[in-house]
Amino acid sequence: MTRNQIPLWEVFIRPRNGLAHKHCGSVHAADEVMALQAARDVYTRRGEGVSIWVVPSAAIVASDPEHKDENFEPALSKVYRHPTFYDIPDDVGHM
Amino acid sequence: MDAALAVDRQTQVAFLLRLADDHLILGHRLSEWCGHAPMLEEDLAMPNIALDLIGQARALYHYAGEVEGRGRSEDDLAFLRQEREYLNCLMVERPNGDFAHTMLRQFWFAAFMHAFWESASTSTDETLAGIAAKAVKETAYHIRHCGEWVIRLGDGTEESARRLKAAAQVLSPYLDELFDGDEVTAAISAAGIAPDPAALRPAFERTVSRVFSEAFLDMPVPAWPQIGGRSGRHTEAMGFLLTELQYMQRTYPGAVW
Repeated sequence: MTRNQIPLWEVFIRPRNGLAHKHCGSVHAADEVMALQAARDVYTRRGEGVSIWVVPSAAIVASDPEHKDENFEPALSKVYRHPTFYDIPDDVGHM
Repeated sequence: MDAALAVDRQTQVAFLLRLADDHLILGHRLSEWCGHAPMLEEDLAMPNIALDLIGQARALYHYAGEVEGRGRSEDDLAFLRQEREYLNCLMVERPNGDFAHTMLRQFWFAAFMHAFWESASTSTDETLAGIAAKAVKETAYHIRHCGEWVIRLGDGTEESARRLKAAAQVLSPYLDELFDGDEVTAAISAAGIAPDPAALRPAFERTVSRVFSEAFLDMPVPAWPQIGGRSGRHTEAMGFLLTELQYMQRTYPGAVW
């Protein structure tokens, strides 16, 4: 086969109510209905979720790996952005 | 156990074995696709369905063994009977054929069983009602999964539509047996244990016609209905299937894992 006729879909699963959908992998499927079924069959066999999203992989806009230095390196030198410089009172508890 | 009072034990065991055998044999057939499906997604989907069916079979065998009261376990009933003692309908033992054939068979079976389980979930037999309550959800997914495939094959390419149509032709003679009645089904439905299979036809046809109209497929008229499985008369495919299914228990009697 010289061209792929079955589109790729990215799968997002929400493990429990109150949590966000999380990317867990991808499936091949002809359309959105079949993609949801494939995602259900491939990624929720062990009770992993209560909700599924599928998104055409082609709809995802990704950052260019070649831009990674200019994108991400400027943040590395700004440790003061991490909230580790504050003392948290004991009675606040776990954050 | 109220149900046991309403019908004799032998009738109840025959009823449970028919149901269990349908699910074990079709589950086994479907498991043959494992590792051979046209795509990875389907390679997981079909064994998922097979596991649902085998899980339903296990519960039914376990219960049949209890009702029978001769100390036979679910393994004894599943693996150590002779061909003529299996009471499954013929459709489930037929070879898989191509993907369209397998999907259509599964769709028809699920369309029938969904109506069956829905009715059986209010059974006078509490154990069966419990099995039905779980099975009805699993079966609803089987209808959805296989139905969507039937639609896409029928409304897909010329090749896929041709294969689906051929599958409908080849499988249609085995359909009537699902709805066939005899003294066992009559006694069971009179006792309120399970529906009379013939009464499930309208629900079955509703499910099928909705999908078939989207698949541009006509319901084929079988030339001659094939029946016999309910009394242990099987097609030539059954012996080969059992040889493989029973191999481990025959070679290593009592093996567990």
